[in-house]
Amino acid sequence: MAITAHTDSRSSTDTGRRTRSTGTRFTRALGIATIVLFAAVALFGLLISPADITQGESVRILYIHVGTVWVAYLAFVVTAVSSAAYLWKRTTSLTWDRIAGSSAEIGVLFMAVTLLAGSLWGRLSWGTFWVWDARVTTTAFLFITYVGYLAVRGLGGSHQQRARRSAVVALLAVLEIPLVHFSVKLWRSVHQEASVAGSTDVTLDGSMLFSLVLATVAFTAFYVWFVLHRQRVMAMQDALDDKGLDYALVERRAEGAQSVRGNI
Amino acid sequence: MDNIGFILTTYIVAFGATVALAWHTLKRGRSLAEQLPDEDKPWT
Repeated sequence: MAITAHTDSRSSTDTGRRTRSTGTRFTRALGIATIVLFAAVALFGLLISPADITQGESVRILYIHVGTVWVAYLAFVVTAVSSAAYLWKRTTSLTWDRIAGSSAEIGVLFMAVTLLAGSLWGRLSWGTFWVWDARVTTTAFLFITYVGYLAVRGLGGSHQQRARRSAVVALLAVLEIPLVHFSVKLWRSVHQEASVAGSTDVTLDGSMLFSLVLATVAFTAFYVWFVLHRQRVMAMQDALDDKGLDYALVERRAEGAQSVRGNI
Repeated sequence: MDNIGFILTTYIVAFGATVALAWHTLKRGRSLAEQLPDEDKPWT
């Protein structure tokens, strides 16, 4: 049944109708909004916002650093929540697993950008690209943990097996986030504590605060756009894995029937 | 602007990685969508 529909779909594509991919009206609008937001981040971050009194121009790096680390934290928490939703017996839908996987992918990418931006900022502010500081080291450890999570997702087995084992890893990995966040309080650290989130007395210049919030909103918008597209790509990949065998069986049967007719 | 190399590197890497990831995802999506019927794409 599915194979007949597949053939019909192909023929409609051949006749000029555009193949439906992962986009919808909402994701297209969100994608355009994200491009505009990124352009605004570049404009405010690089040109409009002023240099800091003590940090100088290097403060511009922090707009990217803070925006990406926020999304990385968000992504890892969503990965854990989706994994818990998958493991919860009443919601064992693979959609939760795909949301978890796509969220972790962008979390890893943005955590890598966070580490790079922090390293460049550190060279300008601390005089070195890297210090074995509590916050920096635990962040690097968090990054490596989620690279491991993605590696676990790539192991063989059925979709359900992939979902189960990666969900368990995600629920363990998320426990590192409080450790990273509170590392500046738990140990002596050269890394500054939160100066905007959780602070009642924000002393940032208006355009600097705006640039920081703008970057955070822009990266979050991209995160939502990416997860929507990526989990649909994963759904199609899973469907193709499942149906690929059906297609192969039909082809073999057709070949077999043809050779029987030839012998007769 | 002081340290412009460091600042531009940060922005280029951040935006470049974002664009590369978006492009790769859309390309992969189109490639897979051509191999599947619309019934397997409930979001359409």
